[in-house]
Amino acid sequence: MSEPLKFTYPVDGDNFTSAGQASVQVKKVLRRLGLDPETIRRVSIAMYEGEINMVIHAGGGEAEVLIYEDNVQIILRDKGPGIADIEQAMQEGFSTAPDNIRSLGFGAGMGLPNMKRYTDDMRIESEVGVGTTITMRVDL
Amino acid sequence: MKISEIRDLLDAEVLCGDDLERDILSACGSDMMSDVLAYVKNQAVLLTGLVNPQVIRTAVMMDMICIVFVRSKQPSAQMIEFAEENGLTVLTTSRRMYEACGKLYAAGLKGNGEVNE
Ligand SMILES: Nc1ncnc2c1ncn2[C@@H]1O[C@H](COP(=O)(O)OP(=O)(O)OP(=O)(O)O)[C@@H](O)[C@H]1O
Ligand SMILES: [Mg+2]
Repeated sequence: MSEPLKFTYPVDGDNFTSAGQASVQVKKVLRRLGLDPETIRRVSIAMYEGEINMVIHAGGGEAEVLIYEDNVQIILRDKGPGIADIEQAMQEGFSTAPDNIRSLGFGAGMGLPNMKRYTDDMRIESEVGVGTTITMRVDL
Repeated sequence: MKISEIRDLLDAEVLCGDDLERDILSACGSDMMSDVLAYVKNQAVLLTGLVNPQVIRTAVMMDMICIVFVRSKQPSAQMIEFAEENGLTVLTTSRRMYEACGKLYAAGLKGNGEVNE
């Protein structure tokens, strides 16, 4: 198999205004590559939710996107507080977001379920006090 | 429903976007962006009272084509510019969320959950 195209983006944890910019960039790249719109939308939404989570829950991190011949992989790594109970975090409506985040339009507890719904595979590795890595795959 | 009809029904002001003849197939009204991101439909309009750059990014991620800010909310020049770059039409109306949604619904525009693609 040929080498994947690889893109890496830092995600600034101190700046909510810029949260989501990496996903905007990735969407542009995928459009340029001519992927079908439905696939682009799924990748974009899943990555956007993950990127926002890194900003509001983990103080930022790094996003990596790998484009293979038959799939796109999104890897989101942060050194935030980690997720103690992943099963609980995956439930629709579960959120630990404080009120100031809710007033910015996030904290409905829908992000992780959305990421799972829009991808073909999603894995969460997390250790409390160490960080979280989320790997998602969308098949082409 | 055409964007021009939405403008007229809501007495809305057009902040950017020049093709008001584009067809809208479904609508979503919410101030919680992840709720919006949960229901993808084609050619949708987002009605919201939230004003920050994430609103525009959410709409762009979802390939929406129109955003209506309710309660006379005014997005910043940067937000409008970003929307324009991405082909979004942006409107603002003095109507409140409930009234704005109700007017569009009564005129036949369905909700996201009711439209079958
Ligand atoms: N990268 C992360 N680091 C630490 N905790 C996280 C991370 N991502 C998610 N969580 C935890 O999982 C919970 C659920 O996340 P999810 O994205 O589903 O909802 P939310 O971000 O709270 O709200 P929404 O996504 O609807 O805006 C969060 O409230 C948070 O407690
Ligand atoms: Mg989230």
